[in-house]
Amino acid sequence: MARFFRTFPLIAALAVLLVFPMFGQIFYTELVAKTLILAIFAMSLDLLVGYTGLVSFGHAAYFGIAAYTVALLTPAGAVNSIWWILPVSVLAAALAALVIGVFVLRTKGIYFIMVTLAFAQMAFFLFHDTDLGGGSDGIFLNSKPTAHLFGHEILTFENPTHIYYLVLALTIFVYLSLRWLLKTSFGHILIGIRSNEHRMVAMGYNTFNYKLAIFTMAGGLAGLAGFLQVLLTGFVTPEMLAWHQSGNVLLVVILGGIGTLIGPVLGAFTFVALQEFAQGLVDRWQLVMGIFVILVVFALPGGLAAIPARVRRRLVKGAQHD
Amino acid sequence: MDIVSLLIQTLNAVQYGLVLFLVASGLTLIFGIMRIINLAHGSFYMIGAYMAFGLSSGITETLPAMIAVGLILSFFIGFVLEWVFYAFLYQREHLEQVLLTYGLILVFEELRSILFGNDVLGVPVPEVFAGSIPLTDTLSYPVYRIFISVACLIMAGLLYYLIRHTRLGMMIRAGSHDRTMVQALGININLLFRIVFAIGFMLAAFSGMISAPMTSVSPGMGNQVLIISFVVVVIGGIGSVGGAMVAAMVIAFADVFGKVLVPAYAGMFVYLVMALVLLWRPEGIFRKG
Repeated sequence: MARFFRTFPLIAALAVLLVFPMFGQIFYTELVAKTLILAIFAMSLDLLVGYTGLVSFGHAAYFGIAAYTVALLTPAGAVNSIWWILPVSVLAAALAALVIGVFVLRTKGIYFIMVTLAFAQMAFFLFHDTDLGGGSDGIFLNSKPTAHLFGHEILTFENPTHIYYLVLALTIFVYLSLRWLLKTSFGHILIGIRSNEHRMVAMGYNTFNYKLAIFTMAGGLAGLAGFLQVLLTGFVTPEMLAWHQSGNVLLVVILGGIGTLIGPVLGAFTFVALQEFAQGLVDRWQLVMGIFVILVVFALPGGLAAIPARVRRRLVKGAQHD
Repeated sequence: MDIVSLLIQTLNAVQYGLVLFLVASGLTLIFGIMRIINLAHGSFYMIGAYMAFGLSSGITETLPAMIAVGLILSFFIGFVLEWVFYAFLYQREHLEQVLLTYGLILVFEELRSILFGNDVLGVPVPEVFAGSIPLTDTLSYPVYRIFISVACLIMAGLLYYLIRHTRLGMMIRAGSHDRTMVQALGININLLFRIVFAIGFMLAAFSGMISAPMTSVSPGMGNQVLIISFVVVVIGGIGSVGGAMVAAMVIAFADVFGKVLVPAYAGMFVYLVMALVLLWRPEGIFRKG
């Protein structure tokens, strides 16, 4: 029964997401797709922040590198299949994370935060200051990738609804795979590193290799989110790699609750909803956002995902008093 | 590069380095003593710059009065800010500090936009320093930049004196070394933190204020400074004011000469230097403990 109550909201939410594009306007379909992309991005960061205890402040780099890979691999006039563009862009992001990871994982704590930021800034200025990807203006995608299977075009990415379903399917896939991964011994070793790295070393684990593996994986997943973002919007700008982007996704993770997989998803929906709601309500949406964030820190340690546990504790406490 | 432009670029780098140092020294004090990651520090710089704009357009005309008013005002704002927001953060984790100070950035930026709008604003250079020193027939060096360097040096000297030779400085040094012990000795640590924070705010605001006539005042100016001063703090070694000075100069020279020598890669250059330094010494040049 308890299990039912835990999974029921998830199933219900999923059902709503599945039928959503049939009722909502295109604008909302795209908005939810954008939110789910942010959720994938945030889940990938949570692997580092929440599960391994590595606070990366440069996660946008991998998001953007994958996006630029898509743009640079689709020259004008060429027809490109998603079957190779998707893996190649994800691999590019993962490769970048692997190389950067070798360097940044030598540092710890605040230094780690700053070095990840430094590498992300390097990537940002690489695209911002050189002509590699259209400079500070960014570039438009010449054509969206195509998806053929056995000679039939199964999805057309000119249609936002098709992108929506692809994004939804991938979000579910990522969520379930990560849930599985974190239950394996690999996942337990990561959590062990977070709580006490010295002990893991003493137990004979080469923690560096595990950290590098998860850093690379998180980079690749951020790349997946970056790929989907380009697919949705059709253009790439250096802003995708900017430190604001890294800050925002970190915000989403903390808002939702670190160290959980559902937290980043909740965080993403809250973040986008808040942004849209406040933007519609007042011009000064950043003010609303800022105040909200400050209130969350004061009132909600543990983020949104911790609310059910807090409510339960409150209820139990109340029952005891009666 | 001929000798005159080398001289000009060197002066520019020194001046930029000194401004960076003032911003970063506050940041490193706040981090070293209070263990708080203050993302809003760039906003303090921005507040200083807008303060200069506000004060110069009408309220005070003379430079010394403007600086005095600005310093007192910023010390006061810093004091109150610590009281209302930052005092809650000491027991919290780094992540929550990042979150709260990020929220503060958004609030400050929006308040700025409400009060001053989103246009780039100019602050006039005070008349006394409006001229420039001719170096060759075509090249000259603005006096105001020299004034900035001198003002920053005076400020740095005062800071040095404060930290090395006063009772407050002794408490600050002790506090960065062992907080619990300082508390056990009966020093009011809350008040000490509040004062350190206010000094940090004041230094950032002062830098913003005197840089304003040169850089003009624009939205987003705080963020640029924030990231670079974090770089300085980290390279210098967190909590080390002397380290911040060395690191600020390294970064300033890397930036200024990077822009001259490899313009397309100048943005990357600073971060490359940072990455290299940290790979060489993962806890900064002047690591502590």
